Amino acid sequence: MSNTLPVQRKISTKPRPSDVAFRGIVTSFGFINLAILTLIGAFLLFRGFEVFRVEGFSFLTDQRWELTEESGVSSGNIGIGAMLVGTLLAALVALIVALPVSVLTALMLNFYAPIWIRNFFVTVIDLMAAFPSILFGLWGFFVLMPSAEYWAMLLNRYLGWFPVFQVDQPFFTRSPFIAGLVLAIMIIPIITSVSREVFSQAPLDRIQAAYSLGANKWSMIKAVVLPFGANGVVGGAMLGLGRAFGETVAVYTVLNLVYSINLQVLFGAGGNVASHIVTRWGEAGEYEVKALLAAGFVLFLLTLLVNFMADWVVKRTVRKGR
Amino acid sequence: MATTQAIGAIPAPTKPWVKRPLQRVPSLALGVTALLLAGLIVEVTPLKGKLGYFIVFVPLVTTLQYLLARMRASRKVAEDVLVSSLMWTAAFFVFLPTASILATTVTKGLQGLRFSIFTDTMVSASFTDPIEMGGLLHALLGTAYLILLSVIISVPLGILTALYLTEIKGPGSGFIQFIVQAMSGVPSVIAGLFVFSAVILTTPIKASSLTGSFALAILMVPTVTRTSQEVLVLIPNDLREAGLALGATQWKTVALVVVPAARSGLITAVILGVARIAGETAPLLFVLGGTDALNQNPFNGFNSGLPLYIWKGFLIGLPESVQRAWTGILVLLILVLVLFTIARIFGPKKG
Amino acid sequence: METSDTAKKTTPNSLASVATARSQKKPGTAPLGSGLEARKIHAWFGKHLALKDVSLDFSSGTVTALIGPSGCGKSTFIRTLNRMHEFIPSAAFAGEVLLDNEDIYGSGVDVTKIRLQIGMVFQKPNPFPSMSIGENVLSGIKLAQLNIPKSEQNDLVEDCLIRAGLWSEVKDRLDAHGGSLSGGQQQRLCIARSLAVKPKVLLMDEPCSALDPGSTLRIEETISQLSSSMTIIIVTHNMQQAARVSDYTAFFLSDGGPGEVIEVGPTSQIFTKPRDQRTENYVSGRFG
Repeated sequence: MSNTLPVQRKISTKPRPSDVAFRGIVTSFGFINLAILTLIGAFLLFRGFEVFRVEGFSFLTDQRWELTEESGVSSGNIGIGAMLVGTLLAALVALIVALPVSVLTALMLNFYAPIWIRNFFVTVIDLMAAFPSILFGLWGFFVLMPSAEYWAMLLNRYLGWFPVFQVDQPFFTRSPFIAGLVLAIMIIPIITSVSREVFSQAPLDRIQAAYSLGANKWSMIKAVVLPFGANGVVGGAMLGLGRAFGETVAVYTVLNLVYSINLQVLFGAGGNVASHIVTRWGEAGEYEVKALLAAGFVLFLLTLLVNFMADWVVKRTVRKGR
Repeated sequence: MATTQAIGAIPAPTKPWVKRPLQRVPSLALGVTALLLAGLIVEVTPLKGKLGYFIVFVPLVTTLQYLLARMRASRKVAEDVLVSSLMWTAAFFVFLPTASILATTVTKGLQGLRFSIFTDTMVSASFTDPIEMGGLLHALLGTAYLILLSVIISVPLGILTALYLTEIKGPGSGFIQFIVQAMSGVPSVIAGLFVFSAVILTTPIKASSLTGSFALAILMVPTVTRTSQEVLVLIPNDLREAGLALGATQWKTVALVVVPAARSGLITAVILGVARIAGETAPLLFVLGGTDALNQNPFNGFNSGLPLYIWKGFLIGLPESVQRAWTGILVLLILVLVLFTIARIFGPKKG
Repeated sequence: METSDTAKKTTPNSLASVATARSQKKPGTAPLGSGLEARKIHAWFGKHLALKDVSLDFSSGTVTALIGPSGCGKSTFIRTLNRMHEFIPSAAFAGEVLLDNEDIYGSGVDVTKIRLQIGMVFQKPNPFPSMSIGENVLSGIKLAQLNIPKSEQNDLVEDCLIRAGLWSEVKDRLDAHGGSLSGGQQQRLCIARSLAVKPKVLLMDEPCSALDPGSTLRIEETISQLSSSMTIIIVTHNMQQAARVSDYTAFFLSDGGPGEVIEVGPTSQIFTKPRDQRTENYVSGRFG
């Protein structure tokens, strides 16, 4: 039979010049995005390279940020170890708080709430996403922090036996816990909307099958929606994590920067790469500016990595669902 | 009911599956009981304050609902009640901060809102002076410049990228989609650092509204691209094929058919992009310079912006300066909310 | 648990008595219960009346086919019978559906228990993708949280798969994913899944419309075998299928307005001596 099959013809047209130009222009604009992203990495690395060369790997692990400047040549024991750990810690607190709240809210909106409540909450969540981060910063400092300090004290007093809530000294102001709470509020809209999106793609015929087998809402969700949407929720959580890593002004106002690693979430000492850059920027000399750009490069790589992973995870869910 | 019905008459539609008010009485009564119990517990134990009521009431009402359902029905029903109760609590935690943020901004911001702040700058007043002196005109103009220049830079880039992803669908479009996704995750502080190292350190250009808008445009492009893309994929393929079948080139089809059909959606994309960057603070700390005077030249000299004005007021930390910050925030929030509302009204209606 | 107790009365052990009951064709004969009765059903979507005044009696142990052109309300009707209708937000309803003389829309009725007694098989096969074949069969037990000892679960899986006519094809790969089966096998898996919670009534909404002729034949055989132990209501576009599998046939029609039942009777009568001209036009293929 294969003998009788004709050779496939190549379908080709001579494109008109206007189309060639159009496609060329649009394509080149598409690739400008790639250029920008590459340039961001390249310039930060280029400007910060001297610091990486001088400090070596200890730039990532050293907790101190001490510069000595002698006749224009400067060097020091500088590293962003404490800042990196602090960034991860605050983001982790944010994720632990925001993830259950967001997933439960998304489930409520998609499966339990009457339409008017759903519309109302969609507006609330869009509004939260539209608030500038400086607003979260001011609100966090003036409104949330006084209450959150008190909550931290209560947590420590009544649940202090639990290692997570232990502190060495009862100093609860501007702790990773409070920064994490502010970040949690900021990433709730992202995680909620991604979760809602994947939950709404859960196949309707499976949902109906579950109901026809005597399921109620929650057993249907456990059997159909959560297995389907789990990856998407993980992806949404990672997008939120990426946002939490890079947030600057909202963390700056509610976090005490201390140049030594502190893992006690309730204790008023923490680190944050982005806030650290802003804090040191004003009085930084030439070498320190380079060091801060190097720190920016590390932060850039970190968020890029998290975002790539999030993208990959979300795409996998969508492909599986279709 | 059936016997009294005339033959052929259509009965009134009902929804037997909707709970009637009477069926809600037990859970309402239960809520009130929990409230009273919570009050009692707070009175007799060392727990005090709003927080005390809250941390007693929420678990109490949840447990009581669960037990009631467990008594009246199966474990399956009770579990559903428990989980839905948790969901409503979670939603409350989403609503509470939003309401608090809005209320705080309005109450604190209104105290400093007067007409004079829109006509005066800080050049002859200090942040610690009474609020009657000085104003934020310079910051408002700076933000206007920033928005205008960012739009000019990022809108062509964003929309053409969206066209590349939806119309050309070239071999690289999957990859570019990936890049756009990654760009939307670039922290704002990084955009500022990048423009500082690539423009201010490398070229003779000094900080101005222009350099500020470079940084903001980087943050705006992914938003414009992704929203435009959402709109463009909604344009039915029939329209494109109709254009091509009439012998039009792809360029003409896109320019005369696709883009006009998506016009209002593309405008929404731009507005959402503006809303995204209008309040960005971190990048401006590196590339705008900052000033207290009115600078009418966006291409030369340090300039200001609302976020910088707010930031400065906050950092000084004295009552008058903080009042200025809150008023600035209120102005900024009104700007963002107006943009947001316009985008919602003209935006594509999602099914 | 209450439902599982009542459902247990129809285990295969009592099949003999059920088969006798069916051969005598006496409506309301125990142990199948007294059947399903729809009285003056009206259904709305928003303001639009989709179904008007449908009253049908489904005796226990019979197969009833619902036929009619597209949009005549037969799918809407079958979905009112196990309260799947109410998932459409704008839906409204009037009338009564009696299962063993109790209104399933009555206040205080647990709708999930109703759906355990009135199972449903859908147009497109929809096994749960994250579960194996065996887990799919037991999914109803899990979803409704019926307590069945582990030791009986394997027997139940085997029993249901045998009755759905799938056992011989899958007995060696019960741990494989439901999605690895062919379309026809998936549909029989969905039937087996519905059988596991021991329903008294099985609703089938065009169960063969997505399947090839061979698979359709296998499903029809399954229906014939099942009909001895339960009441079956099947919506179908295929008139030969209605003639082959059903004892009774109801013809639905909508003349632009709401769907109504034009004629109902024994299948042989509907297809050979219809009383209504419109029924005759439809069964003889002049429209629809």
